Amino acid sequence: MVVVKTLPEIPVKKGEPPYKIWIFEPGEKKELPLIFNLRQLAEQRRPALLPGHRMCAGCAAPIVVKLASFAFRGPTIVVNATGCLEVSTTIYPYTSWAVPWIHNAFENAAATAGGIEAAIKAMKKTGRLKYDHVDVVVFAGDGGTYDIGFQALSGMAERGHDVLYILYDNEAYMNTGIQRSGGTPKYAWTTTSPVGSVLPGKGESKKPIAEIMVAHRIPYVATATPAHWMDFMKKVRKGIEVNGPAFIHALSSCDRGWRHEESISIEILRRAVDTCYFPLWEWTPETGYVLTDRSLVIARNPSLKQPIEKFVEVQGRFRHLLRPENKELLKQLQEYVDAMWEDLLKRASNAPR
Amino acid sequence: MSRLELIPKYPREKQIMLNVNGDEAIAYAVKQSYVDVVAAYPITPQTIIVEKFSEFVANGEVHTEFVAVESEHSAMSACVGAAAAGARAFTATSAQGLALMVEILYIASGLRLPMVLAVVNRALSAPINIHNDHADAYLMRDAGWVMLFAENVQEAYDTTIQAFKISEHPEVQLPVSVHIDGFFLSHTLENIHVLPDQAVYEFLGGPRKLAKVKVDYYDEEVDYALDPARPLSMGNLALYDYYFEMKIPQLKAMEKAVEVIKQVNEEWYQLTGRKYGNGLVDPYMVEDADIVIVAMGSSTGTIRSVVKKYREKGVKIGVLRIRSFRPFPHKDVRELLKDAKLVAVMDKAIGPGQYGALYLDIAATLYHEKNRPVLIDYVYGLGGRDLSPSMIEEMINQLLKDLERGYVPEEERFRFIGVRA
Repeated sequence: MVVVKTLPEIPVKKGEPPYKIWIFEPGEKKELPLIFNLRQLAEQRRPALLPGHRMCAGCAAPIVVKLASFAFRGPTIVVNATGCLEVSTTIYPYTSWAVPWIHNAFENAAATAGGIEAAIKAMKKTGRLKYDHVDVVVFAGDGGTYDIGFQALSGMAERGHDVLYILYDNEAYMNTGIQRSGGTPKYAWTTTSPVGSVLPGKGESKKPIAEIMVAHRIPYVATATPAHWMDFMKKVRKGIEVNGPAFIHALSSCDRGWRHEESISIEILRRAVDTCYFPLWEWTPETGYVLTDRSLVIARNPSLKQPIEKFVEVQGRFRHLLRPENKELLKQLQEYVDAMWEDLLKRASNAPR
Repeated sequence: MSRLELIPKYPREKQIMLNVNGDEAIAYAVKQSYVDVVAAYPITPQTIIVEKFSEFVANGEVHTEFVAVESEHSAMSACVGAAAAGARAFTATSAQGLALMVEILYIASGLRLPMVLAVVNRALSAPINIHNDHADAYLMRDAGWVMLFAENVQEAYDTTIQAFKISEHPEVQLPVSVHIDGFFLSHTLENIHVLPDQAVYEFLGGPRKLAKVKVDYYDEEVDYALDPARPLSMGNLALYDYYFEMKIPQLKAMEKAVEVIKQVNEEWYQLTGRKYGNGLVDPYMVEDADIVIVAMGSSTGTIRSVVKKYREKGVKIGVLRIRSFRPFPHKDVRELLKDAKLVAVMDKAIGPGQYGALYLDIAATLYHEKNRPVLIDYVYGLGGRDLSPSMIEEMINQLLKDLERGYVPEEERFRFIGVRA
């Protein structure tokens, strides 16, 4: 029998250090509870991403991962697409991951997860799986999801693999140094959509990735941000619990790429929701679109909806939109956000009529 | 014969005879190999493998999870995921499909994940062509896979089962590709002998056994797999400070594979009464030959039949079939070719700007010999062009003239067979 000196207990005992690997002894059946009381959470749960990783100060991605891992229900395998999260958390000979973790390539996280899930099924069928269930969770950025990884994601969704795919969307290729992606919003500055004397940043709108996943008619799709942490954790647990593919689109601010202060990452995400730039909702085939958390509050009380300037003004990538000569562009952006929000209100089953 | 013949554990009469083509033979071998995950995408001439295997799944003859992926890239990616999770994985492809997989082929070998890939060799585009040559195989030459070439349908079946054993050997732990020639083997019916299911199960030792690794945060060696009981990270970032050292064990595993391929060939012989040379090379009348023709795959059979006729006429000529293209059997090739005067290397693909890949390997192997033979590179069969016995006769007649002449000028060392002027 392997004896592990650093063997942790889950739940972790009060006062224990956070540097613990998650160990589930074979046959363990206990389901980890979903905890929303902050004191209990701090005492009883440790994130799957351990301290010591090299993500930038102010990056929201590790917060996305930690919150998601608080909602894991038991033995979980994490698949990571190439990106900031992957290169900064697993620089050999170190790793920050407390759970079994694999990185294959940039565009194939969904296919890799599909293979793992198939392996789990085959082993369960032949009585070789040590647990009742092993969950598979993918973390991938916008490049690995909207663009190069889209085919694998769509294929995985169509085939119905029981995988939760979490997109942490920082709206550009941040790992290679801020290049535009299919997830970059209109008029945002990036190094491949620079603001010049002729062009005002990116010319195209953000691809509605979550709605494209809804169109796949998979069991669960949701949007989330780490600023709305309880909402996010609930959605992760739902995504894990459904039988089949689930997709969560988590907006994740990047202080380097969005050009904002490190200290306001969470505030910016809050503003993304407050301005209805990034509404929070979930979708299942049974319920259709359902607004959640702050977005539901705004739907019920439209006076709480903030103008898009509130989101734009704190980010250097939109700085040019605040110049007087670009007033028209800002207006267009506002109109686009309003139209998308109105459209969502029409579809959301719990929006006031 | 004075020597006692070996009586295999399953002599021919205890085996089952099937009339199948190369693709079906591979599908049947996979069915018997207790494979957990098959992820594959259709492409001519590989498609029959996928179709046949899907039938086994549909009829409940296997426990395998068949993942009908949306591309070959995802096929190989899913196999990497499955193998990382501890499953026995298989996929199959050809030409363009293999080209799409290449990125992940390097990852499969770099992560040291055992799995088997059947490559039904086909020409690469453009122009698009569905027929056989070895362009796709040469493309994956440096991907870190053990590459075995079968000559006939029986060998396709045998090699596929052997491939799992080689791949999962504790000291190898490398992915293995089994190559058969598109259409020439994939679509050609042959009577083959197969083992009972239980015999294959026992030969492979049941389901896949995991390798053990040392991870510094555990006191004892743990399974190399994505196991919630002992989590570890696979596919980490390793830069100039570690990448190099992580690549060396891959070379060592390839060296080890040389022995393991031989050993598995011998075990298979004990079990079935069939073997293919020493597993790495399959020589025919090479010992005293002045001229040796080196080739891979299905053409070797045709070449051998022509060579046999020349032998009957007293010509000292032989054939050397390379079965293991990677690891390349330097030692055996050197031993077998060092006394020849003229060696004709048959390349079924081109690498514009350079000689064919097989020629380069043979040349590198023989370079350090004192009296090394004259080497000629013959390119043949591109895009599935037939290699007929008369073409081989013409080739041998030319080689005999070269032998008589005693030398071959440099400009004549790169020749083509069966191409219009």
